[in-house]
Amino acid sequence: MTAPSQASCQCGKPSGGCASARPQGTRRDFLKDAAGFASATLAPGVTLMAFGDTAQARAPNEKVSAKTRWGMLIDTTKCADGCTACVTACSTENGWKDTGHPETDAQWIRKVTLRNPRNGATRALPVMCQHCASPPCVDVCPTGASFKRADGIVLVDKHLCIGCRYCMMACPYNARSFIHEALEDQKPHAPRGKGTVESCTLCVHRVDAGRAPACVEACGSAGHKAMLFGDLNDPKSEIARAVAEAPVSQIRADLGVDPGVMYRGI
Amino acid sequence: MRGLCIPLRWAHRLALLAVLFFAPALAGAQQAGRTPHPEVPKASGGQCVAEKDFMRKNHMKLLNHQRDETVHDGLRPADRSLKACIACHAVPGADGRPVTVADPKHFCRACHDYVAVKVDCFECHASRPDAADRKAALPLPMGHGDVARIGDYLKEIAR
Repeated sequence: MTAPSQASCQCGKPSGGCASARPQGTRRDFLKDAAGFASATLAPGVTLMAFGDTAQARAPNEKVSAKTRWGMLIDTTKCADGCTACVTACSTENGWKDTGHPETDAQWIRKVTLRNPRNGATRALPVMCQHCASPPCVDVCPTGASFKRADGIVLVDKHLCIGCRYCMMACPYNARSFIHEALEDQKPHAPRGKGTVESCTLCVHRVDAGRAPACVEACGSAGHKAMLFGDLNDPKSEIARAVAEAPVSQIRADLGVDPGVMYRGI
Repeated sequence: MRGLCIPLRWAHRLALLAVLFFAPALAGAQQAGRTPHPEVPKASGGQCVAEKDFMRKNHMKLLNHQRDETVHDGLRPADRSLKACIACHAVPGADGRPVTVADPKHFCRACHDYVAVKVDCFECHASRPDAADRKAALPLPMGHGDVARIGDYLKEIAR
């Protein structure tokens, strides 16, 4: 699952920041790592502040509301080729793993490598459920199991899921997986079971507790800080300011599903 | 004659009442040894979210109601959480870790096996707490002056 799948990119932009060949042990490296550490310790605080207002605004007995729209901005120029910290963190956090059946194993997030066939330039980027504003998976679900929470997080209510997998066919991002085998010892905060469809939950259990998703935290800890999480509706949040100040792109924006996960550099 | 009759009638009624009252008790006492009862493991935490009798009848309603609120509305009150139930009602197994629902000693199974009601919760939900949840569920026994209990507590949180 960590093996990058080949995809071609027609954007024609040169590859800038995917440099995987980092010099080891140089003074620059040390400084960079030190900066990474600083940002890692700083990052949770920053993120908390970025969406802390909203989290505080929602009292424990207050329902989620459309005042918030959780989103993610992924800077592919900072996403290191070969680094899979986000994928590993997601797997550890939510308990999905490789069982040796690559065709059917659950995969909530994957690293995809884009290659420009004209000049061979590559970009590596994490792709997960894009948490669309108009999710096709919700449109097709016959039982209402696939739903969008008021704050923009697209989820599967496994109490209602009958495992028909229409949503998997409808998803343009191939973001959903079906659980084929009985499971045991799931994570208490991430229930998963045979016969149901699942996908990235944007670490909803962490978001509800005022924390950032595991992948975002891991990317910060790894020193890349390529992933930014926050409330797109709050103009003061770090992510809203970042989205406002420079162009961002959504994968297959032409479909009009308006993903909450946005990218820069592709 | 008439004066005697009334107390006799009362006595008759009293006897009937006595039989009605005590007969079930007598029958129960006779059958106590033969009737299997579930051995419900004691919870490790303090006070439950509601009275025992209420919980025995209504726990499934609370859980069903809460699951919709949690999944769809993001409401996660600490006192209506399956995770908290599992953490407080964990039963330690032979290896010291709480047992899963695969073990007949599991809290939920103790009664559900007895009444032959199958639960689907654990096809997706974890049937035993992780270390952090378990620690949160254990009440701190300080102030009781009971060294053995404090020792047990320390052993439990070290697992």
